[in-house]
Amino acid sequence: MSAEVVLQTEPVGRRGEHLYFALRNPKVAGGLAVVLALLLLGLIGPFFLSDSPNEYVGPKSEAPSGAHWFGTTYFGQDVFTQFVHGLRSSYLVGTLGGGIAFVIGLAVGFTAGYRGGLVDEVLNMVTNVVLVLPALAVLIVISSYLEVRGVVAQAVIIGVFSWPWVARAVRAQTFTLANRDYVDLARLTGKRSWRIIVHEIMPNMASYLLMSMILLFGGAILFAAMLDFIGLGPANAVSLGTMMQQSMAWSSLHLGMWWWFVPPGLAITLIVGALYITNVGLDEVFNPKLREM
Amino acid sequence: MLELRNVWKSYRVGTLGSKRLTAVRDVSIDIAPGEVLSVVGESGSGKTTIGKMVLQLTSVTRGSILLDGADVTARGHAARKAYYRRVQGVFQDPFSSYNPIFKADRIFEAVRESYFPAVKRAEWSARVDDVLQGVRLDPGSVLGKYPHQLSGGQLQRMLIARALLLDIQVLVADEIISMLDASTRIDVLNLLGELKERGLGVLFITHDLSLANYISERVVIMRHGAVVEAGATGKVFTDPRHPYSRNLLASVPQLHRKWSDSDAEPEALEPDGDRDVPPPPLTEVDEHHWVAGV
Ligand SMILES: Nc1ncnc2c1ncn2[C@@H]1O[C@H](COP(=O)(O)OP(=O)(O)OP(=O)(O)O)[C@@H](O)[C@H]1O
Ligand SMILES: [Mg+2]
Repeated sequence: MSAEVVLQTEPVGRRGEHLYFALRNPKVAGGLAVVLALLLLGLIGPFFLSDSPNEYVGPKSEAPSGAHWFGTTYFGQDVFTQFVHGLRSSYLVGTLGGGIAFVIGLAVGFTAGYRGGLVDEVLNMVTNVVLVLPALAVLIVISSYLEVRGVVAQAVIIGVFSWPWVARAVRAQTFTLANRDYVDLARLTGKRSWRIIVHEIMPNMASYLLMSMILLFGGAILFAAMLDFIGLGPANAVSLGTMMQQSMAWSSLHLGMWWWFVPPGLAITLIVGALYITNVGLDEVFNPKLREM
Repeated sequence: MLELRNVWKSYRVGTLGSKRLTAVRDVSIDIAPGEVLSVVGESGSGKTTIGKMVLQLTSVTRGSILLDGADVTARGHAARKAYYRRVQGVFQDPFSSYNPIFKADRIFEAVRESYFPAVKRAEWSARVDDVLQGVRLDPGSVLGKYPHQLSGGQLQRMLIARALLLDIQVLVADEIISMLDASTRIDVLNLLGELKERGLGVLFITHDLSLANYISERVVIMRHGAVVEAGATGKVFTDPRHPYSRNLLASVPQLHRKWSDSDAEPEALEPDGDRDVPPPPLTEVDEHHWVAGV
């Protein structure tokens, strides 16, 4: 995952226009619709279903039916119930992990880019170290030593490791923007640094920040699914990744139990794919040059 | 009123600040109320750096800057904010001085937020209208517009108006008219003249000698970060003593002379040496006229 550092000054007074183009852009509209529909299912679904997705409720290994929409697992758990709970934890990991990474990335990027000098050199060094750390290996080590492995712990670990590319991009853009005279003028008005960053610099990269947020969100979901799949998922909850892992562990593929692994696999693909398409659409909205293509 | 005392500035460049670039060397100047002091010199001679140090946008490496006798360098945020009530600046590029995604009149609102939070909106807009008229702008035609909808001259005048909202004593004007067309230039320049009449001290930074001659009583000529000649504008421009000043004056294009007519070879100048040794001291060659290294 990497981000092009394109510094585009937003066309003036086009906020409303952006929203208009964004919602009319089929990629943005379609992508958001998929993401929001699955989010809604994950949010509301659990209220109508059992609270304990791991309960043995039905006959073992049953194909989808009216009673069990997505069939049952090898042990007789309801796949739909698990799926809905899994969606919930995937969104939680995405929001929390992506959110943590976003906050760290912004804090580091803005500080380094705005302060410059020694502060920048040190922060840049830290960023590069975290960037080249084999994140997966570190995550595997940490995850396997952690006593309680819940969704939240997983999200925190993911967040702490996925901020560097955001920090780098934000730093680069801040460097350029901090040298504009209007930043100096804000200082001459007695504004504090953080106010200048929030009120003068951040608005000029709003579109970029929105897109990074989406990428971080999707990246965290994918990362969590990967960890779950190799058996480092939450021990006390169901996620889309642990569903896949379980179904593979009990050879659902050989037994022809497609209803066990297709829903979680498809959902992960859909969410991440839809987020990616939303981003491509947003890029078209913010860069009018791409619109025609 | 404003005084620079033996000011030095070194920028740290290279990884971990391993190298230094000395941009300003042992500069001492002062500005009195009601006076325009021009700082002239070639590109890279350190003019902007001086302006930035006066505005405390960059730190002073050595030496001190005094306002009414009190040292103003390197103090906390509150003291700096109070300093900006009395010392303000306008920069070279009007379009870079405004955040392009916001309306241009936001600069006035920012001043109210910082310095006059208690002033009512209606009273504030009356004050803004006043200062705008003071810089000969029609409030109705500049308020509520985005920067790209205004001309460079209008934008620069709005910046001067912004400075006038505060009770300033010193205005740092760093090449404020070099990006304007000739007719707007003279308007903005005359505006500075009016400020001078009102008792403001203006630090006028320029590389254009004729502008310096037009607007200022005193001039400082800089080269390689150090002052080479300083004094009353009349003295320096009619009787330049330093070879660099003579070259500068000879290179000013004149209305009634063609390029092909110019025959004088520029005089040989000392090359840029070690910038960390103190520059040659200024000696008074005449009343109100100082030259380096004679
Ligand atoms: N932030 C900075 N970091 C490092 N070096 C700098 C910085 N700002 C300026 N310099 C260097 O300091 C020297 C003086 O620059 P300054 O901008 O003060 O020159 P100037 O006289 O204003 O030139 P010009 O007429 O082109 O505006 C130059 O050599 C420049 O490269
Ligand atoms: Mg300059």
